[in-house]
Amino acid sequence: MRFKDVFSIIGPAMVGPSSSHTAGAARIGRAARQVLGEPAREAEVTFFGSFAATYQGHGTDRAIAGGLLDFATDDSRLPDSIELAAEAGMEISFGQGTGLFPHPNTVRLRLVGAQTGTELTLTGISIGGGNIEIVDIDGFGVKLTGMYPTVLIQHMDYLGVLASVTEVMRKGQFNIGHMSLDRKNRSGAALTVLELDEAATPGLLYELRALSAVKSVKVVDLNESAQELKGKDDTP
Amino acid sequence: MNFQTLSQLAVLCEERGMGIGALMLEEQSEESGRSKEQEFATMSQYYGVMKEAVYRGMTEDTTSRSGLTGLDAQRVASYNTADEPCLGGPAGQAMAYALAVSEVNASMGRIIATPTAGSCGIIPGVFLSCQERFGWEDDYMVSGLFAAGAIGYVIANNSFVSGAEGGCQAEVGSAIGMAAGALTELRGGTPAQAVHAVGLALKNTLGLICDPVGGLVEIPCIVRNGFGAVTALAAADMALAGVRSVIPSDEVIKVMLEVGSAMPEKHRETAGGGLAQTPTGRKIMRDLRNKK
Repeated sequence: MRFKDVFSIIGPAMVGPSSSHTAGAARIGRAARQVLGEPAREAEVTFFGSFAATYQGHGTDRAIAGGLLDFATDDSRLPDSIELAAEAGMEISFGQGTGLFPHPNTVRLRLVGAQTGTELTLTGISIGGGNIEIVDIDGFGVKLTGMYPTVLIQHMDYLGVLASVTEVMRKGQFNIGHMSLDRKNRSGAALTVLELDEAATPGLLYELRALSAVKSVKVVDLNESAQELKGKDDTP
Repeated sequence: MNFQTLSQLAVLCEERGMGIGALMLEEQSEESGRSKEQEFATMSQYYGVMKEAVYRGMTEDTTSRSGLTGLDAQRVASYNTADEPCLGGPAGQAMAYALAVSEVNASMGRIIATPTAGSCGIIPGVFLSCQERFGWEDDYMVSGLFAAGAIGYVIANNSFVSGAEGGCQAEVGSAIGMAAGALTELRGGTPAQAVHAVGLALKNTLGLICDPVGGLVEIPCIVRNGFGAVTALAAADMALAGVRSVIPSDEVIKVMLEVGSAMPEKHRETAGGGLAQTPTGRKIMRDLRNKK
């Protein structure tokens, strides 16, 4: 089943005009911001296919910028997000890419973290109705939709790492709905992506980070609407 | 979900003695692991956004950033009241509201994708105009949204809902089918009647291409939302009157898949054919490019 529930049909709440070009793009930007784990100080955005042809008319550039500011698809600040990104000190550039790309609506992002200077490259595709897939993170092949609470674990490709990760999941009673692992080379850097039924808790993330082969753990979850995010800001 | 087709959905409703909306809420809660109250609350919020979009479209300036569209909802509404419209009445109201939401979408306002942004006007147009007319409570409308979602779920998984994949029949057509089925249930029709309404509605949009001028979700998308709302009302009336979709609705959905798959790429949201490539469509595209 491509569409899994009622809210992939009714929803998302979004700022127009196109669920593929606007809401999907905002979600890709937001997923990238969450994978980076901090605000970006530089963002190089490259559009491919239909995205490249019509991104200005559809506000796809604004949607990406808004996503990079961690705005949800229905955040009313999205139309002004390029200006807001500049105010926040983000240097953002947009370009049209050539060459091979995986889907008619593809965007490639190169980000530099504002706090740590960490670099991230990420490729996302917008598959319709606001639904997305992230297909590449730092050269690792992945498939993540952001519709489920997702944990990304950067680790070394040692024997038994996955077993220790799933053991932590079992102990914490977290059910894995989808899992993928890609590695650069044997015994080299690897990235494991886990889609969970429940949101990851700080305790779970702590335990995962404590595993010796694990370099970093990030969380991506695109389910929060602007109203929920606003509520979060209000809490002291 | 425990159903993959509309006939399975209707049978399941009969077995459990419940409407499509109530059944979908139960199925959704089971799938997500969240309570029915939580899921209902999310859908309620969505309905709030739909109402807000109708209100904005009827009262604010909805001129799009391209300058191509805007304010048609208000033109239709004032013509509805001040003049002697051909359609008028409840249908005119549904049409105005549907245009309003689509115009808000084109002007980068907040809407709910139902099932997509390009088709976001039809369900709010039908739902809000009928709520005002029949005095229905908000919660009743929200259960109607779950019914619409159940129908859309079947269409999306057996065919498609995006114009890029299946043409406008997939986008606006699906929304019309969803609205028609949900309205049939809201008006007291049986699940079987609601399913007939979906088939009747879908038949009327088969073959509709996706040909947005300049690639923008404006021309002809906005007016197709207006027409769509009226078609949904008509399909619900036929079903409630006892008209049946002689070709079963699930088979109509498969036809939509067949027709959409056979559509050339130029008629699937690429702006490479149809209205987008008329002399005027091409001129608009050139003007937009020069404006940048």
